[in-house]
Amino acid sequence: MNKQVTNPVNLTAEEFIYPGNRACSGCGLSTLYRIGLKALGRDSIFVVPPSCLTVMQGLYPIAATQIPSLNVTFASTAAAATGVRAALKARGKENIKVVAWAGDGGTSDIGIQSLSAAIERGEDFLYICYDNEAYMNTGVQRSGTTPRGAYTTNTPIKGKIQKNKDLPTIMAAHNPTYVATCSAAYPLDFHNKILKAISLKGMKYIHIHTPCPSGWGMEERLSITVGKMAVNAGLFDLYEVENGKKTLSGPSAKLLKRETLPRIDEYLKAQSRFRMLTEEHVTELQAEIDAKWEKYRQEMG
Amino acid sequence: MKKIESGNVAAALGVKLAKVQVVAAYPITPQTPLTEKLSELIEGDELKAEYITVESEHSALAVCIGAASAGARAFTATSANGLLYMSEQVHWAAGARLPLVMCVVNRGVGAPWTVWNDHQDSISQRDAGWIQIYVNDHQEIIDTVIKAFRLAEAVSIPVMVCYDGYYLSHTYMPFDVPDEQKVDTFLPEYQYKHTLDPQNPENLNTVTMPFARPDRDGVTQPGYMDIRHNLHEELGTAIPVFEQIDAAYKEAFGRGGKPIMSDYRCEGADYIVVSMGSLANRIKDVVDELNDEGVKVGVLSLHLYRPFPREQIIAALENAKGVIVIEKALSYGNEGALFGDIKAALYPCEKRPFVHNYIIGLGGREIKQADLYDSIKASCTASENFEDVSRWIGLNR
Repeated sequence: MNKQVTNPVNLTAEEFIYPGNRACSGCGLSTLYRIGLKALGRDSIFVVPPSCLTVMQGLYPIAATQIPSLNVTFASTAAAATGVRAALKARGKENIKVVAWAGDGGTSDIGIQSLSAAIERGEDFLYICYDNEAYMNTGVQRSGTTPRGAYTTNTPIKGKIQKNKDLPTIMAAHNPTYVATCSAAYPLDFHNKILKAISLKGMKYIHIHTPCPSGWGMEERLSITVGKMAVNAGLFDLYEVENGKKTLSGPSAKLLKRETLPRIDEYLKAQSRFRMLTEEHVTELQAEIDAKWEKYRQEMG
Repeated sequence: MKKIESGNVAAALGVKLAKVQVVAAYPITPQTPLTEKLSELIEGDELKAEYITVESEHSALAVCIGAASAGARAFTATSANGLLYMSEQVHWAAGARLPLVMCVVNRGVGAPWTVWNDHQDSISQRDAGWIQIYVNDHQEIIDTVIKAFRLAEAVSIPVMVCYDGYYLSHTYMPFDVPDEQKVDTFLPEYQYKHTLDPQNPENLNTVTMPFARPDRDGVTQPGYMDIRHNLHEELGTAIPVFEQIDAAYKEAFGRGGKPIMSDYRCEGADYIVVSMGSLANRIKDVVDELNDEGVKVGVLSLHLYRPFPREQIIAALENAKGVIVIEKALSYGNEGALFGDIKAALYPCEKRPFVHNYIIGLGGREIKQADLYDSIKASCTASENFEDVSRWIGLNR
């Protein structure tokens, strides 16, 4: 198992993505992609469904990425990655890493069936879901992971009424080799978790909370700040699940020692998408976070 | 080696001889015995391949798309709603120019549910950009599966081998299993021009603009429409390529010679019946009977439906007085799909034969020899007032 802890000094200077890609300014995904590729290295094959990553990787005939990448249909990411892995096995090229990289809509909604099946079959690849909490690439429509109250272009007046789907927990319930959650605000933690994931055989799932200035309604410069707020207020937790055991990791592990966490209000107020959220909802959300952390302290503290 | 086996087993043995490396399939009647046989061959180490037991047909073709994109020979099979469920992937595989082979064990499409045979499933996918071949018997199934891989790989276009559910899939017939070493020579290991290779990274199936754009070296590369035009043009080239491949197969195995269409008593015939699949075989008996009565009628069994062999169709039919298209599928709200294609092909002919259309056997509705006889005879003896509409044979009324 990999024990290396990544820091800005030992992080490779080699870049695997060309400058001048098509990501929006302040995009959480572009940070993740750049750092993620540093962890994965060149001996990788990407499988990508429609998502912001499709656009970011470039429009034909120009590509921002230096890694071979297969663009596939929306629902088929994990199945296509299975096919790539099967071909590599048949051709004796098993050392090449297969990485499926999709958004939250592509994972929690249309892609969940093929992903669930791939985990059940015990496939050997890494699935990364960057969760910016809506269909951003099509212009900010609600997805299964959009939180309650959030404005999207198809919840334009009332905000999303339902709560979000807890995707990493659903994936962990399939008992894959490894599940981890990350935040784009903590890219080195992501780097470490990728290193760990690729050292393991079997299905690995990494879920990343990914701030999106255009979709969340915030200044581009606040992408990392807002991402950190979500983690430090205990809303989005960074953890790993191995052999059915969940362990808080990175900045979330440090929160265990604290008796109280910052209130969630600051995170919500930083984003215009939450302008329709009622006081009542905020209180309810805060109570949920508090109860969750109380449970964590009892179980892991 | 001679065998007496089902059509599904004939297909599986063809896939085995083709040394397929990745198989992905989801069960659907009447395809299941084919994929069960493949599971048995792979688990029993008779075929060295990866078998992926996917959760849906959409994923079955996705696995094949991933596998072929990473340089492996891949196969899947399905029927009816399974084919429709993977329809997005069917189009994708053709656009991505992947040399896949898929057996479509033809079955009617729901709703209402039917598990019995007609051709609506594969006919509904005719515009996806695949090559479609319809076969008549078990020998043609196994031979065509092998030829299909060589064809797909020669033109970088996927091939559907379509055969009738139950009529062919579940009946037992004798057929010859080609010699493995000879198949290895006929169908050598395939080297892909473009694969997912970290040594030479490419971004495959990228978003492509309506207009042509320059690459990083300033060389103009095609836009979406240009790429699609290439697919269309190269589908056309598949006709002579298929003829060459069939000739090579005949030289090696002694069978073949009529890959595009096979004709029975068509020479000098006044009337020609056109049909596809096992139905064309059944019509031979009716044709014999009518010839005994002095009606000069033959039957043309069309194998290659897409790309549509327009020139060959014209050559085969233009001198007839009449053409009778009998088919198991239609374009709802219009007419038989094959009928429309045949009429369009014959339109520029100077001495244009009449073309009649009969729809038969949908969802496994019994096809009676007497009905075939009556219909063909009615067309052969029709007056000029015979109304040019699609006639449904065997309706319960």
